[in-house]
Amino acid sequence: MDYSQFLNMREELSLLLVILLIFIVDLFVSGEKSRACCLEGCEAEAGGKSCTRMVWLTRVPIILMIAHTILGMCPGEISVGATWEYSFGKMYQHTEMMVFMKSILNIGAVLVMLMAYPNLYKAENRIKAGEFYSLTLFTLLGMYFMISAGHFLMFFIGLELASIPMAALIAFKKKDERSGEAGAKFILLALFSSALLLYGISLIYGQAGTLYFDEMAIYLHRPNFISILGLVLVITGLGFKISMVPFHLWTADTYEGAPTPVTAFLSVLSKGAAAFTLMVILVKIFSSGPFIEYWNVSMQVLIVLSITVANLFAIRQNNLKRFMAFSAISQAGYLVLGLLGGTAQGMESMVYYLAIYTFANLGAFAIINELELASGKVCISDYNGLYSTNPRMAFCMTICLFSLAGIPPFAGFFSKFFIFMAAFKAGYVWTVFIALVNTVISLYYYLLIVKAMYIKSNPSPIAKVYPSLPGVTAIILCVVATILFGVFSAPFNFLGFYGFGM
Amino acid sequence: MSNLLFLSIFVLIPLLMLLGLWIARTTNQVRGVMVVGSSALLLHSIYLTFEFLAEREAGNLAPMLFQDAWVWFPDLHINYAVGVDGISVVMLLLSSIIVFTGTFASWKLKPLTKEYFLWFTLLSMGVFGFFITVDMFAMFMFYEIALIPMYLLIGVWGSGKKEYAAMKLTLMLMGGSAFLMIGIFGIYFGAGGNTMNILDIAGHTGGAQAIPFAQQCIWFPMTFVGFGVLGALFPFHTWSPDGHASAPTAVSMLHAGVLMKLGGYGCFRIAMYLLPDAAQELGWIFLILTGISVVYGAFSACVQTDLKYINAYSSVSHCGLVLFAILMLNTTSCTGAVLQMLSHGLMTALFFALIGMIYGRTHTRDIRELSGLMRIMPFLAVCYVIAGLANLGLPGLSGFVAEMTIFVGSFQNADTFHRVLTIAACTSIVITAVYILRLVGKILYGTCTNEHHLKLTDATWDERLAVICLILAVAGLGLAPLWVSNLITDGVAPIVDHINSASHLLSNSNPF
Repeated sequence: MDYSQFLNMREELSLLLVILLIFIVDLFVSGEKSRACCLEGCEAEAGGKSCTRMVWLTRVPIILMIAHTILGMCPGEISVGATWEYSFGKMYQHTEMMVFMKSILNIGAVLVMLMAYPNLYKAENRIKAGEFYSLTLFTLLGMYFMISAGHFLMFFIGLELASIPMAALIAFKKKDERSGEAGAKFILLALFSSALLLYGISLIYGQAGTLYFDEMAIYLHRPNFISILGLVLVITGLGFKISMVPFHLWTADTYEGAPTPVTAFLSVLSKGAAAFTLMVILVKIFSSGPFIEYWNVSMQVLIVLSITVANLFAIRQNNLKRFMAFSAISQAGYLVLGLLGGTAQGMESMVYYLAIYTFANLGAFAIINELELASGKVCISDYNGLYSTNPRMAFCMTICLFSLAGIPPFAGFFSKFFIFMAAFKAGYVWTVFIALVNTVISLYYYLLIVKAMYIKSNPSPIAKVYPSLPGVTAIILCVVATILFGVFSAPFNFLGFYGFGM
Repeated sequence: MSNLLFLSIFVLIPLLMLLGLWIARTTNQVRGVMVVGSSALLLHSIYLTFEFLAEREAGNLAPMLFQDAWVWFPDLHINYAVGVDGISVVMLLLSSIIVFTGTFASWKLKPLTKEYFLWFTLLSMGVFGFFITVDMFAMFMFYEIALIPMYLLIGVWGSGKKEYAAMKLTLMLMGGSAFLMIGIFGIYFGAGGNTMNILDIAGHTGGAQAIPFAQQCIWFPMTFVGFGVLGALFPFHTWSPDGHASAPTAVSMLHAGVLMKLGGYGCFRIAMYLLPDAAQELGWIFLILTGISVVYGAFSACVQTDLKYINAYSSVSHCGLVLFAILMLNTTSCTGAVLQMLSHGLMTALFFALIGMIYGRTHTRDIRELSGLMRIMPFLAVCYVIAGLANLGLPGLSGFVAEMTIFVGSFQNADTFHRVLTIAACTSIVITAVYILRLVGKILYGTCTNEHHLKLTDATWDERLAVICLILAVAGLGLAPLWVSNLITDGVAPIVDHINSASHLLSNSNPF
């Protein structure tokens, strides 16, 4: 066996190292004594000290993860266009765009960890910090495998690794009924969708006689009933993960019940990784002419439904987390718009859209999280008059929401424009038109929050919030990226330089 | 100094102003930043005008001067390309005058002065950027930058049913820009998908990469309606009265004075210039709509009782006239259209400024409650009369020059359809006279019936400054129109020639 193949997996190995280090730190820092004192309040001198030591459990993972992210962003050599590298007999594949995608996920994960810091800093949560971080990073590892899979089994393992720890994370607030309910809902539907996906895979396997992506593309050139059914089931299974309408029913409840950082994680990373994988599968496996027509039609239906239905539902929400859930569903619709036609420009725009969406959405969630921690309020009506007490928070929130709505000069405008342009180029004028009309609807509901913060008066608005340093860092990073990543064209041009050669 | 930087100063100054406002702590600092910044903009636009004229003197005949481009998104052929012609020069001049006077008109605005000026400056950045760029993507971006601050400006600092008006305005304009975006994609891909630069796309016309006629007929209505919403095209004008009535003074000024001009400018520069065949073929539909705008707006103004609503409907009528004139497609009428943009911008800004000042004192805009203001606040009242006379087209003021040029130009079209429409639109002059004279007589003359109004004071220095600047501009345009109209004709003529010379399939362009 050629061990140099492992070099292609350096991202995964580095992440695994981070997880192992977290385990070790967890082992040394959280002894029986410190656990007990954190739970029962630290009155004793000695006990107080060991509980303080636990703080490191919330700091070390963030530092490690930042190091991992920075390492991941320095690829060995950059070449123009896509170069594919395979390991383990094409079980694992690797190209520059995947490195880029993993970097986006890394940054997202760092932001989520920063955001979660104040939650985990609380004494009663401190003992769970180790679990939180390792579960989060295992999910991330699963996403890595999903993205880089060159074989359906590898893909499936990645998918499961990405969704089962997620359920534990969603049910993380042990004493909160809604959190448990959300976790149960998520795991049941995730398993159901996995079953559908497996069924789809087995049907396709029956037709193609192989599970390797490359070989399947050769054998699946003429669609028949069974292979199309398989295609539909695969799209369905991933549709659950991306939470596209009509597979979105778990989303709102789960988002509402889960702890806010986990909701943020779900709404950006899970969605993004699944959308990217869907792209890889559709473009690599179902790449022959007739298949492209089939999946284009079904994707068009899903996109139009996702955007429209989610927008209509979002208007009626008062709980901000449910609101963000519907907003995320409609954003997923826009995201997948880049898939239509399977053009290189579309895929580039899609990855760019995801990067921008990551910053804008995580920024919004970081603010929601800080305000929720300080005041326990997550309703839009609670945000009335926020600008009078927390002008900076309200301003940052406005920028993030404007970016989500696609208002220039924020980056969201650029990503929306490019993704519409790609879909238009591929010939889906009507889909683009419907999506554009929907941007107006989405602007309406994003403005509802802006209206609450700036215009609505409130006798008792949320008091002045003093956010934690990591939380502020996350917010500032997101806002700065949202402002700069569009106007300064370097990120998009860099993406184009990497090229796409699916 | 490179041309890119020279024109980009119009965007960079607002950007610096935003930074300055962000740092500013006290109200006086905020005002200082605004005054310095808006004066710099005004000076720069005057300097640009002279530079432009000097270049033309020197014999530079390129359709657009000071052209330059910076590659932005090379894969998508998006550049930050700048360039100005006669039309954009006068529009920049207009915008900087309005921003300058708007700053003084909102001198005493409270609360949240700093935030107000932040959004105000962002809006003006969008406006300036729109007029200097010639790349469709950049234009569209600046167009949207100019639209969104309106929501907060009206929603937070407005009056009356401000939340409703702000939301309605934003959604209607953004709806328009959704159409616009489709239109831009259509133009871009129709013209071969290798440039976003307006001049390059126009250069394709008649060549191998010309946009096919069938496609033009789809994209033209989209683009025209997209911009037309902002230009108060009937039946998409309904945001305008509510928006104007609820907006604070300076925002009404900026909105009616400059923002609505973006619509007319965009229709001319993008919809008609880039899709000339469809503009000739389908122009008649929009001519009828704009004709309705003109007459309907004037009639609606007659029956309003709120000062701002009267002006808002009058704006619908006058902006309708701008679109009406550019659709008439000859050099005279199009020159008139740009003159009308300029004239309407100045006099409406003047009107809204005065209404704001009167409202600030009397706390009512209902004309039934106002009377005999001439004795109480003579300065404001006299200025109001001047604004009114400019509005109804008295010779010597700007309105006359513009409307005269438009109607002379429109009547040059020899066929019945255009002439009948011209005559119909002419009636708006009479109707304007009706509502303006009735209004002036009602609120300014006679005896004051409301005893609370007797103790009111006349204008303060900052208000006088704003008003006098605008009156000077209105009178200057009315008394010496030639140098401006030469400047405009210089920009209009190549575009009109281009539209008229385009190879269109049917020789007779209207069904009548």
